[in-house]
Amino acid sequence: MIQYASIFLFVLGLYGLFINKNVIKLIVSLNVMEIGLFIFIISIGYVGDDALAPIISSTQDLALIYVDPLPQALVLTAIVIGVGTTALALALAKSIYNTYHTFDLDEMEESA
Amino acid sequence: MKKLFGLLITFALGLVIILALDNTVNFPRFGEVNLSERISGLYLSETNVEEVGSANLVTSIVLGFRTFDTLGEVTVLFISSLGVAFILGGTKQKRLDLKFKPNFMLRVGSNILLVIILITSFYIILHGHLSPGGGFPGGAMIASSVLLLYLADDRFRSNIKGFKVLEGVAGSLFVVIGLLGLVFATAFFANYLPTGIIGNLLSAGIIPILYVLVGLKVGSEIAGIIDNFLTEEEEEIA
Repeated sequence: MIQYASIFLFVLGLYGLFINKNVIKLIVSLNVMEIGLFIFIISIGYVGDDALAPIISSTQDLALIYVDPLPQALVLTAIVIGVGTTALALALAKSIYNTYHTFDLDEMEESA
Repeated sequence: MKKLFGLLITFALGLVIILALDNTVNFPRFGEVNLSERISGLYLSETNVEEVGSANLVTSIVLGFRTFDTLGEVTVLFISSLGVAFILGGTKQKRLDLKFKPNFMLRVGSNILLVIILITSFYIILHGHLSPGGGFPGGAMIASSVLLLYLADDRFRSNIKGFKVLEGVAGSLFVVIGLLGLVFATAFFANYLPTGIIGNLLSAGIIPILYVLVGLKVGSEIAGIIDNFLTEEEEEIA
C-alpha cells in the first residue's frame, strides 16, 4: 500500500530531524519528510486501476474515468515551495559554515 | 537515550496516522474515491472544462481556477530567492574555482547540449496547457542549462543583472495580465481571451501567456539561486 509507504517516509524524516546533529543531514531529513507528504497527497486522488491521467483531447472524453486533478495541482505548488525552502536552508547552512567552519551543531556550541 | 525517545515518538505518530486512515465518508480507502462527491468533480464537469479550455486539467486548476494561489506560489519562490541573495550575496563576487580543468571537448559538447536543453524547456513551457509539464518544470530546465554552463566552463559567469530584469518584467506582466481581467471581464485573473478549440496550441485564452511568464520567472529565479551558490565574496588582498 503506497499510503503506508508514504507515512513511513514521513516518520523516517521526522526521526532524522530528532537524532541528527549535522545541518546538511537535517535539511535532507526535511526533504524526505516532504517527499512522503507529496506521495500521500497524490495517493488521495487515486480512483482505481482503470483511471486515466487528467489530460483530455475533447470534451467527449470527459465520460471516461480520470484521477483527481486537484491533489496534483496542490502538489505542484508544494514542490515549488519545497525548492524555495531548501534553497534558503542551504544558503543558511553555507553562511553557518563560513562562520563556524563546521556543520555539526554540538561543535558550534563548543566554539561559541 | 535520546535516540530511543525519538524512535518512540515517531513510532507513536506513525501509528496514530495509520489508525486515522479509517474508511469514512470524509476520507475513503485508497483507490475507492468517488470524485462526484468531492469538489474535484466540478473541475471535471463539462461546463467548467469548456470555460477554461485547457486540455490538461491540472493546468486548468493551477492557472484557471486557482491562479491567485499560483501568484502566491510565485511570490514565495521570489522571496526565497531574495533571501538566498541576501544571505550569500555581496558587493564583490567571484565564482568558485572548480577542482578540475574542463577540457575543449567538454566546453564544446556542453554548448550543443545547452541548445537541446533550451529547446526542450521552451517546448515544455509552451505546451503546458496541452501536455504534462508547464512553466515550473520548464523553468527548472532553463536554470539547469545555466548550471551546466557553470560546471562545464571554468570562466563562465552568468549575467545576473539580466536575470534580475527578466524576473521583474515577467512577474510584473503576470500581475498586469491579471489586472486586465478587471477591465475586460469581471474578476482578477479572469480569462478574457477566446478559449478556442480544446487541444489546439492557441487555446485556453490567457493560460499559455501566463505559463510562459511563470516559466521565465521561475527559470531566472532558480538561475539566480544557482549563481549565488556558485559565487563567493572576493577576498581583499592585504
